[in-house]
Amino acid sequence: MSSLSTPYVEDRRGGLPRTLVWLGLAAAIGVVLFTVLGRFNSEYAYLAAYGVLQYVVLATGWNILGGYAGYVNFGAAGFYALGVYGSVFLYKLFPDLPVPVMVLVAAGVGALFGLGMGYLTLRLRGVFFSIGTLALSVILHTVIVNWEFVGGARGAYIIRPEDAPFFSSYAAYLCALMFVLAVIAVAIARTVQHSWLGRGLAAIRDDETAAECSGVASLKLKLAATSLSGAVLAMAGAPFPFFITYVDPATAFSLTVAVNTIAMPVIGGMATWIGPVVGAVLIGSLQQLATVTISSSANLLIVGLLLVVFTSIAPFGIMGLLSRRRTVR
Amino acid sequence: MSALAQTTNPLILDASGIVKRFGGFTALDGVDFTVRPGERVGLIGPNGSGKSTFVNCITGALVPEAGRVLFEGADITRLSAHRRARMGLARSFQIPRPFKGMTIRENIEIPLAFAAGETSRRKSAERAGEILHSVGLGPRAADLPASLSQVELRRLELGRALAANPRLLIADEAMAGLSDSEVDEILELLVRLNGEGIAVILIEHIMRAVTGFCERIVVLVAGKKIADGAAAEVMRHPDVERAYLGQ
Repeated sequence: MSSLSTPYVEDRRGGLPRTLVWLGLAAAIGVVLFTVLGRFNSEYAYLAAYGVLQYVVLATGWNILGGYAGYVNFGAAGFYALGVYGSVFLYKLFPDLPVPVMVLVAAGVGALFGLGMGYLTLRLRGVFFSIGTLALSVILHTVIVNWEFVGGARGAYIIRPEDAPFFSSYAAYLCALMFVLAVIAVAIARTVQHSWLGRGLAAIRDDETAAECSGVASLKLKLAATSLSGAVLAMAGAPFPFFITYVDPATAFSLTVAVNTIAMPVIGGMATWIGPVVGAVLIGSLQQLATVTISSSANLLIVGLLLVVFTSIAPFGIMGLLSRRRTVR
Repeated sequence: MSALAQTTNPLILDASGIVKRFGGFTALDGVDFTVRPGERVGLIGPNGSGKSTFVNCITGALVPEAGRVLFEGADITRLSAHRRARMGLARSFQIPRPFKGMTIRENIEIPLAFAAGETSRRKSAERAGEILHSVGLGPRAADLPASLSQVELRRLELGRALAANPRLLIADEAMAGLSDSEVDEILELLVRLNGEGIAVILIEHIMRAVTGFCERIVVLVAGKKIADGAAAEVMRHPDVERAYLGQ
């Protein structure tokens, strides 16, 4: 019988050749994706792809803490908004700053906020931790609503460049940027999963007291996880103001972001890096399909129904189901 | 007393004046407790006497309100549980607490990596195999804990404690709920570990196991130590007979 949660027991360190294989695979996926998107010759295709890729980053970032360590962060939308408003703030100060620089700054701020949230809440466990993270998100929302410099409750407009070098449009450029962020997020999640940090987090998730008594420095590891998770979540939000050109607190802290970010890893499978990717691509694509065929208001309904189904019959998500099927065979 | 315990080594564990309160309830009231290297000490007492609270104060799960815990001469009173584990203080749990999502081998590899500091995966796998063989779980290495019997779970608990490379092992009711033959299996294992130089604190209700295994017995009643001495001597102590055995 194989374990569902810790495939890292196999020695998967392949060094440089394996890294090159992964980079090659990511590049191949990127080439195929952008070739297909280019054939549509439509801004909407980039919008849809951006939305799905953004959820790959969000779900993957959330899973580093929620999936690997079992600490459910209800404040994911807060971290995302931190990235969104980090960019708005920088845009107001330095309008010509390249978006990738804003992404880097957002990642740094997200990591620091994650570290702070960890210090404040990680002595809590279970539902108390989750409520604590939700409370911090509410506090952040209140600060943004009352901060006039970044638009306050009215929101802020961003005037983005008309086009970007080497890309057919600025939307295509931002979509490519989000693809790179998705690759980075997955690389971080995969590295964590197969490292000593991932082993320790898995032990914490299974039994924190037993993990501590086995020498696992639980607080230190959880702080590393909150920082990494915070960095990735905030990173996902940073290009958004340039994509949509207007942001307000209701959009940045939206329930859709909060619910999807948690639902996608739950549906895909939280134990490994691939689960959130599968969940995000599947649910994100379904939502885009529902938006054009039914209504955008059907998005959360789809997620809600799938969440009920998966938590009832497949608590380990799609990857858990597949892993179990392989084991049975 | 084992050969190691007869040497003039300093105490491996020296807990003095341990006080622990939960609100208005005093769970431990100035408990003194010592263990010499390689010694086998029993800690007994009726339910609610403070045994598990004491173990939690020693292993770092709880911080006492007063008193001091020295491990090999170092003050560990306020040290976190993981740092105590790394120093060589290991425990098994009254109710087995395996890492349920991991295989049996992975369960052993966690303390090997984090407490014993084994960084090489190859060496870690080899050592995990040796430990699993020594606790009789070798053929179950690739299984999940959910498939283990009660006695196997107790063996896994001890194996995991052993993987932390301990000099003091606290076995908290490692035989509770087991049959006579299973109790003998666990006792045999504890004797073997003690023979390797590991001091053992045995917290147990099964008196034949305690008197058969331990060189010295400490009795706790209502958070106070009422007796401390050789097994035969302690079991004849009038306070112990009255408070613990109900005579």
